[in-house]
Amino acid sequence: MDYSSFLQMHEEFSLLAVMVFLLIFDIFASEKALKYFQPVALVLLTAHTIVNCFPRDAFDIAGGMFHYMPIQTYVKSILNIGTIIVLLQAHKFLNEDANRIKRGEFYFLTLSTLLGMYFMISSGNFLMFFIGLETASIPMATLVAFDKYNRKSAEAGAKYILSAVFASSISVFGISLIYGSTGTLYFSDLATLITGTPLQIMAFVFFSVGLFFKISLVPFHLWTPDVYEGAQTNITSYLSVISKGSAVFVLFTLLIKVFGNLVHQWQPILFGLAVVSITVANVFAVRQKNLKRFLAFSSISQAGYILLAIISGTQMGMASLVYYVLVYMFSNLAAFGVLSVIEERTGKVQMDDYNGLYQTNPRLSFVMMLALFSLAGIPPFAGFFSKFFVFSAAAAQGQYVLVFIALLNTIISLYYYLLVIKAMFLNKSENPIETIKSDFPVKLSLIICTAGILIVGLVSTIYNQISLLSFGM
Amino acid sequence: MNFLSIFVLIPVLMMLGLFLSNSRRQLLFFMTVGASLLMILSAVLTYFYFTERAAGDVATMLFTVDTVWYAPFNIHYSVGVDGISVVMLILTSIIVFTGVFASWKIDPLPKEFFLWFCLLSSGVFGFFISTDLFTMFMYYEIALIPMYLLIGIWGTGKKEYAAMKLTLMLMGGSALLLVGILGIYYGSGATTMNILEIAKLHIPIELQYYFFPLTFTGFGVLGAMFPFHTWSPDGHASAPTAVSMLHAGVLMKLGGYGCFRVAMYLMPEAAHELAWIFLILTGISVVYGAFAAIHQTDLKYINAYSSVSHCGLVLFAILMMNETAATGAILQMISHGLTTALFFALIGMIYGRTHTRLITEMGGLMKVLPFLGVSFVIAGLGSLGLPSLSGFVAEMTIFVGAFQHTDMFHRVLTILACSSIVITAVYILRMVGKFLLGKMQDPHHEHLKDATWYERISVVTLLFFMFALGSAPYWASEMIHNSVLPVIGQLIK
Repeated sequence: MDYSSFLQMHEEFSLLAVMVFLLIFDIFASEKALKYFQPVALVLLTAHTIVNCFPRDAFDIAGGMFHYMPIQTYVKSILNIGTIIVLLQAHKFLNEDANRIKRGEFYFLTLSTLLGMYFMISSGNFLMFFIGLETASIPMATLVAFDKYNRKSAEAGAKYILSAVFASSISVFGISLIYGSTGTLYFSDLATLITGTPLQIMAFVFFSVGLFFKISLVPFHLWTPDVYEGAQTNITSYLSVISKGSAVFVLFTLLIKVFGNLVHQWQPILFGLAVVSITVANVFAVRQKNLKRFLAFSSISQAGYILLAIISGTQMGMASLVYYVLVYMFSNLAAFGVLSVIEERTGKVQMDDYNGLYQTNPRLSFVMMLALFSLAGIPPFAGFFSKFFVFSAAAAQGQYVLVFIALLNTIISLYYYLLVIKAMFLNKSENPIETIKSDFPVKLSLIICTAGILIVGLVSTIYNQISLLSFGM
Repeated sequence: MNFLSIFVLIPVLMMLGLFLSNSRRQLLFFMTVGASLLMILSAVLTYFYFTERAAGDVATMLFTVDTVWYAPFNIHYSVGVDGISVVMLILTSIIVFTGVFASWKIDPLPKEFFLWFCLLSSGVFGFFISTDLFTMFMYYEIALIPMYLLIGIWGTGKKEYAAMKLTLMLMGGSALLLVGILGIYYGSGATTMNILEIAKLHIPIELQYYFFPLTFTGFGVLGAMFPFHTWSPDGHASAPTAVSMLHAGVLMKLGGYGCFRVAMYLMPEAAHELAWIFLILTGISVVYGAFAAIHQTDLKYINAYSSVSHCGLVLFAILMMNETAATGAILQMISHGLTTALFFALIGMIYGRTHTRLITEMGGLMKVLPFLGVSFVIAGLGSLGLPSLSGFVAEMTIFVGAFQHTDMFHRVLTILACSSIVITAVYILRMVGKFLLGKMQDPHHEHLKDATWYERISVVTLLFFMFALGSAPYWASEMIHNSVLPVIGQLIK
């Protein structure tokens, strides 16, 4: 066997190199050199992102186990950028005395979940997919429980690992049924072998649970609010953006590539899930007082909107999905960034604590407002464009009813996003949050996010690039 | 990029300037005044260019530019103006200009106020110049969202409730609209989102039956069509002066303009079939708005309900689907824009002095505030349709057009709508009699000062244009009439 073809996995190897280097650096470097651990890590990751952001031609490795398509480069780049932003925001948290010794672990665990997602995205076989999925989930649970003296964090970790394992075991069961009915696990072979027998439909239903869990669609969302609330805020933002973003992309490719023949079965399923996810999440979000739970429900409803792109199942749908993930990443990370800064300095996460924030922290409130407007889909911010494209992709396939329901839901979502804006700008407070001087990495992360929110929509090059590479799987 | 983009560019540059500048009131004020003067100048220039070129040029839209924006969705940044858009541009620039003068004393956070105000006006200008469905929709939404903060922070009374209600209702309208737009685009099988191109294609009638009501209602919400008008009284009453002016004066016209330019132009068959439903609804708006205004005691509520009635007349007229009525509808948009902006400006000025807007608590103000009082009376007469003021020209044209239909249904509705003129007279005269004339109610009011110079500028500008349109409507109506023809041509085909 020719192992040299393995070297084509540029992204994976380069990330692995960064991980191993950081691990060794963390163990062996002197106390003095360790001061530079985070800057070095971030520079390396940035270099990794830049080197790997150029798409190549499609190829297969190991007989189709690993399948590369040019669009994956963009998805991985989006995940890279998101990870860098999250790590920038976690800079201060990791510099605290209690966490400094665990810094290496934090980076290693985060990057190994990222590596898992890489493999999941590029998988060409269900085994490979499952390994990727688990590599992404198990370290994630450790990260959720990272703040080990915090009861809520530990509880969240336990909840996450239990439900994740449960979901993936059902998923494996589904995979076993697929193998049983077709005799292969390679995606390329399955496309023709899956013809819609009852066993295969059952296999699909069981299998997809694992992904629905990761995307946290209703009714697989029950872990989301608790875990989001319990985990350290930067982990929460990682969970809500990176983990979700990779899963929706994989779901899309699998549905088209492997389950293409079952389109009449999965379309109604996804239709129902989209409607339920968006509506239930929106209705629950209205009632939340804790902003982390609030953003948890908001992220569930955002995932519901992404399903619209998946349902369309076209090239346009794929492009708008990747674009949606990109925009969602900038918007959500901006919101979580502001949230984490304020939580770190003052420990306040309730919506009432944000009353009068504009008086004391105009910049932070401004960024938060942009982020929420973008999430709500208000022009000229990027969220408007991504929502329009997703709706457009669904409408192109004649899904007007779905688009209509989703659009009515955007009004509910606008209502609760406006509640936060109302708290920051309109409400008066006796003792508002004091003026916060954020440090450079957080500022940088917020600047990147703000620039993303403002530019990604108005400059069409980004979408056009994505669209160019989104062709048949 | 052509010179029409300057209408969006000025407010955007203005926002940038405001963002970078400090919060000194004078500086902010002169920056905004300068910018709005520039906008008036460009609007007037556009008008002259337009009249000059229109002489030999029969194209529907002039000064068109088309730049590809999002190629995969056929979204273009395409702009162009016809007679209707030009007069709307002039109206908008006048109201922005006078609105700036009316918000001289805005407090707190003057910088942020002007920032949002500029965003609002960039949305409105952008809407009137775009000919692409997507761009149009985008500007439409840009114009809606600043309202939340403008009312919520700087408003009066039940401002938070009103701001939320207004934003959610208008956004609900735009949600319907978006479905309509996607339906138009995919239903027509067009390879462009340009309105002029889609108009050449034919949307299957069964699709039109779905998407015409959606689009029309979507725009109709902003045009205060019954039963979706309830945001208007609360919103306008709570908004700060300049925002009420801009919102009632221009933003509500976006609704009428959109109904005409998008809903009816692109889906003429369904417009014919379904017009009766909307005629009844808008007829109710016209009459109900006027009756509701009689009942109110708050000056702003009176004017807000009167806006519901007058804007209802705009939609009513375009649904009559003939040249005369449609020309009247556009004239009514301008006339109502000027009149209502003047009303809101005057109410704001009076409220700034008396600190009450209830007509029961005021009286005899004419003695102490002669300038404001007389202007108020003129505005009132304009609103009830006194010849030589703009309201007369517009309403006359509408009713003449509406009466051209000979069937029972249209006749009855027209007569009912006509009755709103009488009801308008009732509430206007009653209002003027109560709070301007008569005995002084509150001894504190005896020492009030009349309008300052910047308030006078704002009032005189609006009065001037009301007279200009009322006594010599030809300069506008000719241009409007020519531009209404392509749309009417679609409808009577």
